[in-house]
Amino acid sequence: MNARLARLVLRRIGAALCSLLFVVVAIFALTAALPGDVADMLLGQNATPDATQALRHALHLDQPLWLRFMHWCGGMLHGNAGNSLLTGRPVSEMLAPRLYNSLLLAGATTLVAVPLALVLGLACATWRDSVFDRVMTVLTLGIVSVPAFLIATVSVFVFAVQFRVVPALSDIRSIHSVGQFFLTFAMPVATLASITMAQMIRMIRACMIDVFSAPYMEMAVIKGVPPIRIMLHHALPNAIGPVANAIALSLSSLLGGVVVIETIFNYPGLAQLMVDSVMSRDVPIIQACTLLFCMTYLFLTTLADIVALASVPKGRGA
Amino acid sequence: MSGMATGLRALRLSALTPAQRVMGLFGFWLVLAVCGPFFAPYAPGQIIDTEVFAPLSHRHWLGTDYLGRDLGSRLLYAVRYTVLICTLSTAFSCGCGVLLGIATTATPAWVEQIAGRLMDGILSIPSLLCALLVIAAFGDSLLALVLTLGVIYTPGAYRTSRALALRIARMDYITVAVARGEGALFIIWREILPNMRGPLLADVGLRFIYAVLLLSNLSFLGLGVQPPLVDLGSLVRENVLGLVYGSGAVILPTIVIGVLTVGINLVLDGTSRR
Repeated sequence: MNARLARLVLRRIGAALCSLLFVVVAIFALTAALPGDVADMLLGQNATPDATQALRHALHLDQPLWLRFMHWCGGMLHGNAGNSLLTGRPVSEMLAPRLYNSLLLAGATTLVAVPLALVLGLACATWRDSVFDRVMTVLTLGIVSVPAFLIATVSVFVFAVQFRVVPALSDIRSIHSVGQFFLTFAMPVATLASITMAQMIRMIRACMIDVFSAPYMEMAVIKGVPPIRIMLHHALPNAIGPVANAIALSLSSLLGGVVVIETIFNYPGLAQLMVDSVMSRDVPIIQACTLLFCMTYLFLTTLADIVALASVPKGRGA
Repeated sequence: MSGMATGLRALRLSALTPAQRVMGLFGFWLVLAVCGPFFAPYAPGQIIDTEVFAPLSHRHWLGTDYLGRDLGSRLLYAVRYTVLICTLSTAFSCGCGVLLGIATTATPAWVEQIAGRLMDGILSIPSLLCALLVIAAFGDSLLALVLTLGVIYTPGAYRTSRALALRIARMDYITVAVARGEGALFIIWREILPNMRGPLLADVGLRFIYAVLLLSNLSFLGLGVQPPLVDLGSLVRENVLGLVYGSGAVILPTIVIGVLTVGINLVLDGTSRR
């Protein structure tokens, strides 16, 4: 780590913080733009003006916008995201178990998807235009161009309804053994992984083909370097940056996929809570969920950029 | 006789340029969206049969849905809403994106900085979440949906067109045009835009597919097009119970979405391989 690289990394982190600020402002602004008054909504039709006034005061709604924004940010920093408008329970308390479930799902998917996608993407690029590559191209193109729910509903139809090998809903409270764990997670993880992998394979293939077409690769072939050595010493080190980026970008599509998959499999995760909250306009929960998702996304993309920066010798100053 | 032969040759797919193929396929969907419902045998909300999830028959060609309504008619209306909403939102995102993208190649650096930061900000919210957030705030009217989808995909169009325009702006013929004393609008309209048409068309097609996917996902979650209106995603959502019976009511709309997106993607893939 030298000064030059450190400066680049710091700059990248600074840019990420700027984006985070934008996201925070956007999340707050959209909820401030909500038509109607939260106090009126909470009290319903038989609200007296006094009660509305008192509630408005209690919710800080009578303060100017910027003060409310500061309040809100301060609360978020202390892990206090307010109370649910619907149940009155603290948002953090409602989110915690769901966050754990979602991380479990996303983590399991990442563990399956990333290594598989790396191997398949590399294979596609290595044997470019072979039958294998063509089949994979059609398959991945097909998967990325249909909505996530289609893959999920079709696989439920095939595996849960027709063959009855796995349960159609993921009731994670009924897990008592390792076998049950795998059965319950099989469907959501498989569908989510296939969506994420299709993206990754396409991008990794494109990056690797780019690297393979570089002059130094031709040089290596001409001077008789064995294929394994070409792969490990010439191609892969140069591909780390773009591939890390491709993986981060596809993992962010996993975030979108999670929303659909959790709803279909009735999986008690963060995304399902968020969809329910959008339907019931439960603003504090929407804010907290969006913030969590966006922070994850920003973290992933920033991490990938830093890996990319560190992998380029020019950046290291070597 | 020979005139007819040339006419036929012009109709042959291989004789078409990639751009013509994309426009042709898109034109087909647009015509289907505009005219399709006029050929619907029943009103979309009319309950015509007591049998729900009825199979295909001569009375209703594609069977009935979960309330015993004619699936074929509903499908025609669904295509209308999906295609029109996505066309409008793509026009919005690509119009704004391309205008900004080209304009910022000629404006002072700070304008580009501001536009770039703003676009990065929108990009830093995953698209489905962004849509959920906006719909939570502004509701799910058709206008809100079109604008939401439009804004979400503006940064992508901005980046692509800016990259393209920057490359073209360095060309000699632009220098010549500037030296001739042409106005900015003339340069954009007559020199830059025609030269980025090909890659831009591929980008527009891609944004259209993204919009279709996002709208379908939203409607499937129940947050997109609301009843009594219907689009392809909400058609799948309302009939999802029919999955157990293997009903066409849930399978056909998914196939239509697939044909729409995969078809355009394949044609686009063909253009980029050339």
